[in-house]
Amino acid sequence: MNIRKIRNDLGVHFIRIICGLLCLLFFLIFFTLIVKSSTILGDHSLIDLLFSPTWNPTKGEFGLGSVIVGTIYVTVIALIIAIPISLLSAVYLSEYAPRKIRKILRPFIDVLAGVPSVVYGLCAFLLLVPLVKDYIAPFFGIQSTGLCIFTASITLAIMVFPIIISLCVESFDAVPLALKEASLSVGATKWETIKKVVFKASAPGIFSAILLGFGRAFGETIAINMVIGGVPRIPETIFHPGQTLASLIASSYGELMSIPLYESALIFVALILFVVVLLFNLFSVLVLRRTKRKWKL
Amino acid sequence: MNLRRIEERFFFTCMIVSLLVVLSSLVIIVSLIVFNGASSLSLEMITQTPTGGYFLGGSGGILNAILGSLFLALPATGLAYLIGMCISLFLQSDFSPSWMSNSIRLFLDVLWGIPSIVYGIFCLMIMIALGFSSSLLAGICALTLLEIPIITRYIDESIKTVPIGLKESSYSLGSTKFETSIKVIQRQALPGILAGVLLGLGRGIGDAASILFTAGFSNNIPTSLFDSTAALPTMIYSLYAQPNPVVREKAYAAAFLLLIIVLIISVVSRLLTRRLTKHVLR
Amino acid sequence: MITNPEIQIQTKHLNVSIHNHEVLKDVNIIIPSKKLTAIIGPSGCGKTTLLKSFNRLLEIHENVQIRGEITVDGINILQPKLDVPDIRKKMGLLSQKPYPLPMSIYDNVAYGLRIHNHMSSKKIGELVTHCLKEVGLWNEVQNRLHDPASRLSVGQQQRLCLARAMAVQPEVLLCDEPTSALDPLSAQQIELLLKKLKNDYTVVLVTHTLRQAKRIADYVIFLYFGKIIEQGPADQVFNNPFRPETKAYMKGDIS
Repeated sequence: MNIRKIRNDLGVHFIRIICGLLCLLFFLIFFTLIVKSSTILGDHSLIDLLFSPTWNPTKGEFGLGSVIVGTIYVTVIALIIAIPISLLSAVYLSEYAPRKIRKILRPFIDVLAGVPSVVYGLCAFLLLVPLVKDYIAPFFGIQSTGLCIFTASITLAIMVFPIIISLCVESFDAVPLALKEASLSVGATKWETIKKVVFKASAPGIFSAILLGFGRAFGETIAINMVIGGVPRIPETIFHPGQTLASLIASSYGELMSIPLYESALIFVALILFVVVLLFNLFSVLVLRRTKRKWKL
Repeated sequence: MNLRRIEERFFFTCMIVSLLVVLSSLVIIVSLIVFNGASSLSLEMITQTPTGGYFLGGSGGILNAILGSLFLALPATGLAYLIGMCISLFLQSDFSPSWMSNSIRLFLDVLWGIPSIVYGIFCLMIMIALGFSSSLLAGICALTLLEIPIITRYIDESIKTVPIGLKESSYSLGSTKFETSIKVIQRQALPGILAGVLLGLGRGIGDAASILFTAGFSNNIPTSLFDSTAALPTMIYSLYAQPNPVVREKAYAAAFLLLIIVLIISVVSRLLTRRLTKHVLR
Repeated sequence: MITNPEIQIQTKHLNVSIHNHEVLKDVNIIIPSKKLTAIIGPSGCGKTTLLKSFNRLLEIHENVQIRGEITVDGINILQPKLDVPDIRKKMGLLSQKPYPLPMSIYDNVAYGLRIHNHMSSKKIGELVTHCLKEVGLWNEVQNRLHDPASRLSVGQQQRLCLARAMAVQPEVLLCDEPTSALDPLSAQQIELLLKKLKNDYTVVLVTHTLRQAKRIADYVIFLYFGKIIEQGPADQVFNNPFRPETKAYMKGDIS
């Protein structure tokens, strides 16, 4: 028994150590980001960094204002497109689709979720960019290379679909049948039941799905980088190029070493990404947990 | 009543349209990649490394990227599996108090969506601090960090479904906690664990942002942990907009391969979660 | 320490709270050796909790507080420094719902053996065969020992769990309503098995069917909402109970 006891104790200790190390590691990431950003924060004020619109590292100007505006444009437009489409698709999948169709469609959503960002970027580059350049932008009377906010937003919207859809379907499915039956039995139509009962009951789940989608959109790097044009200026129209925070980091790798303070500035950008996505995820998870607890009762 | 029916009909149409939009995006993506990539995929492409003049259209294939991706993603997934397994076992109710396991689960949920570029930047900083240049090792570290929250969550969900009666049966035979975890729980939760590992692997092979800075680039197959290496996603990223069509072909071929890998993983993990392995309790 | 060889398990002032709710209150009982003791009482009054305290299985759940003394063969098993897996090995557990381990039939029975002893595979084979024969499963499974245990019927699975428990040669068999999930035929098989086994093992049976207890018990403990109302030889408790609550339960007034 001694050997077994020793093995058990060692095993349990090993497991505990790994867990502890891991928690430490993630805090380490956070603190390293902060420490490395402190260099640039020492040189420029926070207001300056966040709000000044000029990003020109060679001239020592590290204003992220235009990049932040670009990020907000792309993320918001992507969500405006993605939310209604995802919600409606989720409602169909959860409430209207016959079982067989649902079984077939769920894998499609999963595959969409699994496609790597580069592939999204490549497809957007192959299809959307010429489309925007040759048809869509001229339709609005604007000349565009196709590498612009609009293209990036559409790409991002498609990437966000599976996240919102699967979380919403889960939330809708979790609404107790008894509630829906209660509504239908007073003569409401299926759609009215959905509007008045299902949406209200799953509101926290929908909310957290949207937050999670936002977090994903905010942090997406590669696909956006491939189609946004990489110009750190506030875009005049959505058919003009722009830049986002995540994409900025990817673009700047080459010159990272050559310019002083550049490294620190980019790490500061990474810190912003880390913190914003973290907060959104945290919020979303807490909201979701509260609902789960509510329904378990 | 008419108005209500019309409203329902209207929104139902919107639903179908939305669903079609979502589905057609997938169809379009697959078609684009297959159309462009299938023709570029030749035996030469997958069995040779690029010969000189990479950006200028030398011949050769993308073997360096294929092997590079495997050398990066497989060890990373293995490590993430071990770590994820440890964490999930720890989260069981008889290993840790519930306040601790709830906090750790919250932690993992929140880390789920951290952009991969953050992990890449972190590993880059460590690399620079230690004096290394881009290498296989750094890339593996970044990918491991990325995969840990994903794999751990799937393993944890699987282990949660193991009925407590099964654990009690094992304990009442005089089994220790550790023995029960390894021999009984792992077996029972196996389908879910495998599915999670596969999904983590899929994410690891396809991710570009984390390895962009850490794994670097190379025309050759890496021979040591400290070599730079190409990978399928980074290859697509660097070559997709090159003017030379021969060079672009490499990007398309790589994208095609990636898509096939993702599809296979998706199918296999679905099959696994649905069909339980033969020993597992229903 | 004077140990009475006729008493296998004894509790003194046992109090168990789960989530700050008192489940067992000041329980003082004895479990006689090599006899079948039935713990009876209405549902939800602590019978399973009492049973699972004997092999310290309660502690894997959360928020459980156990106070008092439980002695097995004279040793207080609630002492902090004891080796819990060893204690558990002395007690076999048969749960309400059969839980075959996710392995083959053979491996299920051999599981405990492989952990505890370093036996040759030949010896293990012999013991597995012996246990399967004891529970009457051998004829049904001898040709498919390496099939997954999950393919057996519920009744067969329960017998397998019994064989598995017996393989580690316990002294006590703890049975938690082992027949409530079974069809009448399988239930009868298990009952007959327990009746046979009580000659060699101390059996503690939790049951909520009085008739079952009347059929096979030697000694009875009546538990009512966490308190011991009456305990004694089966004959006396069933036919001549002292306490009014026991009388009411026997008549079926409370259940």
